[in-house]
Amino acid sequence: MVDWFPLWLSLRVAAISTVLALALGLWVAWLLANHSFRWKELVDAAVTLPLVLPPTVLGYYLLVLFGRSSPLGKIYEWIVGHPLVFTWQAAVVAALFHATPLLIKSARAAFENLDQSYERAARNLGASEWRLFWRVVVPLTRRSILAASALAFARALGDFGITLMIAGNIPGRTQTVALAIYDAVESGKGNVALTLVLVISVVAVAILTVANRFATNPFGPRQSPI
Amino acid sequence: MIYARIRKRFPPGPDSAGFALDVEFKAGPVITVLFGPSGSGKTLTLDSIAGFTTPDEGRIMLDDDILFDGAARVNRPPRERRCGYVFQNYALFPHMTLRQNMEFAVGVRPRLVRHRLVKDMLDRFHLGDLGGRRPHELSGGQKQRCSIARSLITSPKALLLDEPARGLDPTLRGELYGVLREVRRDYRIPILLVTHDLEEALELGDEMVVIREGRLVQRGPSRDIVEQPANVEVARLLGLYNVFQVEIRALDPGRNSSRLRYRDYDLVGRYIPGHLIGDRVWIRVRPDELIALPKNGALGQNQVPASLAHVIDRPTGVRLEFANEIAVEMTRPAFDKHERPKEWVVQFPPESLRVV
Repeated sequence: MVDWFPLWLSLRVAAISTVLALALGLWVAWLLANHSFRWKELVDAAVTLPLVLPPTVLGYYLLVLFGRSSPLGKIYEWIVGHPLVFTWQAAVVAALFHATPLLIKSARAAFENLDQSYERAARNLGASEWRLFWRVVVPLTRRSILAASALAFARALGDFGITLMIAGNIPGRTQTVALAIYDAVESGKGNVALTLVLVISVVAVAILTVANRFATNPFGPRQSPI
Repeated sequence: MIYARIRKRFPPGPDSAGFALDVEFKAGPVITVLFGPSGSGKTLTLDSIAGFTTPDEGRIMLDDDILFDGAARVNRPPRERRCGYVFQNYALFPHMTLRQNMEFAVGVRPRLVRHRLVKDMLDRFHLGDLGGRRPHELSGGQKQRCSIARSLITSPKALLLDEPARGLDPTLRGELYGVLREVRRDYRIPILLVTHDLEEALELGDEMVVIREGRLVQRGPSRDIVEQPANVEVARLLGLYNVFQVEIRALDPGRNSSRLRYRDYDLVGRYIPGHLIGDRVWIRVRPDELIALPKNGALGQNQVPASLAHVIDRPTGVRLEFANEIAVEMTRPAFDKHERPKEWVVQFPPESLRVV
């Protein structure tokens, strides 16, 4: 009998981390796309790093950063009441490290592709940056942002290494689909592994289809309705 | 009143020549045209005033407000500059209706005030019935009007327009010119308009600022600039004249005449004050003041032989372009009287020869 808990946990972790990635990533993408500041390329590199580093390296960093003896870990424990590591919240943090860079990259590209005159017009009409962002930029790039979110969600769904390092592989608590599949294969439960693999593949294909449908931005420069 | 002194340098890149903008001018509450060829720095000037680009040095003032001062490190953000800017592509927000576009510009005001302002402005620009439409459902002229209305609803202290007539057909152009004249009459703010179209510059511009390769070459009332280009550059830029160089061979103030050497031919013109015999001066001649005749025997006085290169039909007649870069314009009936030989003579009436 297949235990569906890992699937629900994965979906929940991916959803929460996508929302957090949006909150974190959109304004970073906006800064990178719109403002030139001194450490811009460094920030860009730092943002891209999680995409290229081995997951175990990231996991190690996070263990050091959020371990029970680290300052951040202590602050978290003091606020929330229990340590971060080896909880499902740690899996969210792990997924976040996959989702955010992807989101920032795509959102930055979308913002940079947006016809500059809309932003100029909004500023010229006296709009604050906040108003410009929410009333003009986000609506005009919403399809790209949705596509990016879908990709980030799919990516968050699939993390294995970082989750293993900081959330562990505790069945019924922190075991996500990717980990459950590994466990099932290890312990010879072939049909459990197959079921989970098929389910996760279907989910991924569905998400990518949705992402592709959104990826064509009707207000992008190519089809700008002038 | 706009005052602008702008300097900005772009160092040469791997695949671009360097460019330096260095202009200074004032613009009062009339229509001032920034005229010049493409790539001369007109739009850059406009963008500097609106705050979309930052000059290297200089000072930009609007009435008593300092918008930019390089030395004092003042650089106000675009949203505080109160310069309405009408974009070439109108930049109406495509996801909003016209009314929402206007309301966005009004900003935070009580609901009723906002509604009244928007309604008045839409009515004024004959857009009253179109408030619920999206920009892509409008014609070019309607978008143009909406774009101007959206700028004016913020009560700007100046209105900047970047090639507003580009892409409009002649009827819509006429309509736009009408709108801009009304704006000039009703708002009494400086209107700064970028164009490379001389007809537009003349039709709309009370004042004209001629820019070429980043430098200001002449400014003044539009009529004066056309009648009296300050130098060869401007005369050429206007594209209205035949411009060529002659050497002064003789000057006779008593008979108000001069003898000028053009290539291998002598031309008799009016007396030229302020020059000496032997000086080389630039002459400008309007193409419609010249007379072209098929070549027939010996040359008369002030006649120069020329080979016909092109005949171009114009709304007002025909333009004959000769191999020696002289152009002559005449009416269609006058042209049709003649045979069409290759060799012609061009006659320069003495009063047509004006020194630049």
